[in-house]
Amino acid sequence: MKKNITIIALAALLGSSVAIAAQQSAQVQADIDAFQNHFKAKFPEMDLDDFSKGPYSMNEDKLMQFENIMEMPPFEDSLDKGEQLWNTAFKNGKTYSSCFNGPVEKIRTQFPRWNAEAGKVENLEAMINKCRTDNGEKKIGWKKGKMAFISAYLTTAATGEEINVIVPEGDEKALAAYNKGKKFFYSKRGQLNLSCANCHIDSVGKKIRGDILSPALGQITHFPVWRGKWMRKKGNGFGTIQRRYGGCNKQVRAKPFKVHKDEYTNLEFFHTVMSNGMEISGTEYRQ
Amino acid sequence: MKKIISSISAVSALAALFVMPLEAGAKEMTDEEVTFGRKAGNCLACHMIPGGNLPGTIGPPLLAMKARFPNKADLRAQIWDATVKNPHTIMPPFGKHGILTEGQIDQVVNYIYSK
Ligand code: HEC
Ligand code: HEC
Repeated sequence: MKKNITIIALAALLGSSVAIAAQQSAQVQADIDAFQNHFKAKFPEMDLDDFSKGPYSMNEDKLMQFENIMEMPPFEDSLDKGEQLWNTAFKNGKTYSSCFNGPVEKIRTQFPRWNAEAGKVENLEAMINKCRTDNGEKKIGWKKGKMAFISAYLTTAATGEEINVIVPEGDEKALAAYNKGKKFFYSKRGQLNLSCANCHIDSVGKKIRGDILSPALGQITHFPVWRGKWMRKKGNGFGTIQRRYGGCNKQVRAKPFKVHKDEYTNLEFFHTVMSNGMEISGTEYRQ
Repeated sequence: MKKIISSISAVSALAALFVMPLEAGAKEMTDEEVTFGRKAGNCLACHMIPGGNLPGTIGPPLLAMKARFPNKADLRAQIWDATVKNPHTIMPPFGKHGILTEGQIDQVVNYIYSK
């Protein structure tokens, strides 16, 4: 990981013409190191990518159950639908791929990204809907259904690709968006007065009633996820990362924010940057 | 103006009618139900308490409370607002944030004081 950064920095110094994203903000890199070192120190027996298994990374029995389910995951059909949707032409004859750079396995890790021109963070789901409206199609729902199928297809196609979200050095606006996401993550909210960090940093591996709390590190490597709980609710079990944010806000009796507004999108920016260097693990099952 | 005031008081009188039976209903919960209930104290989310199923492990087990809190008022204060003793605590401020009513807090105190 460190190596990658030095290579990028070196390339930047040499004024290399290779298309390399801007250099990571030094402040953000220091945050990433501190964040990841906290988990490494607390769980020295775990490798960086082990953290992506969420609650299952904290309990061997649960990890085995999880691995059994993943041998025949309940969401294969939905991934196929996602692939179909991805390849189906709009009325104008173009497909989604015309809106994105690179082959299908290289798309997931480009997001969320800072759009300097627009002065805001763009995430994958927002770009999928933008692609639709740019091509004269209607937007689709944000949190589940078709949107989640397409997004899950791209996540699964990107299995093994490395997360490398950049908050460009010297871009004050980008840093401000990142800092808003960071503040959101550490702020206590709701009637129960709990922050994301209280549960997913301070209490990792502990039980809250019957649930084991997952580490914040690696929480985004496998979204959208398929959850038994969402399956039982109505729908087909899939949800995007921002759907999950809403659920975690509700648990503390806070009013969830609207998805795809600044609050959750900046949170997603911060939350994803913290897992830089980890591999996308593909869409996964959750309880 | 007067009209508005009288209709407001009519509404609040009506509301009072609805609130009273609700509060009376709440009082019918046993001390244990207030302590364990997911929509009430839900103390089991974080604490092992003798007699409770599926306890969490975020906070310490609630055992031997009389020995740990010789003064019952200190125990009540911990539940009413845990941030007084520990500003960084994860424990929700049950009284300060109105998660439980004053009466319900007394019920929880009685219940765990017997453990
Ligand atoms: C009261 C405790 C609590 C708080 C506060 C909380 N969460 Fe959670 N969160 C949970 C529980 C329980 C789960 C399900 C088990 C798990 O994955 O940790 C969960 C799951 C998640 C997951 C899914 C992880 C996965 O791999 O499936 C994400 C992402 C997440 N939380 C993010 C957040 C964010 C961001 C915040 C703050 C906005 C937050 N949580 C606040 C309790 C909490
Ligand atoms: C979200 C987690 C959480 C919930 C819910 C919770 N607590 Fe706690 N509690 C803690 C933690 C953590 C501590 C450890 C001390 C601290 O951090 O303040 C604690 C400490 C305590 C203590 C002090 C124990 C001692 O010996 O010092 C008492 C008493 C207590 N809790 C009672 C309760 C009761 C009663 C309820 C429910 C009405 C409750 N707690 C709900 C997390 C929680």
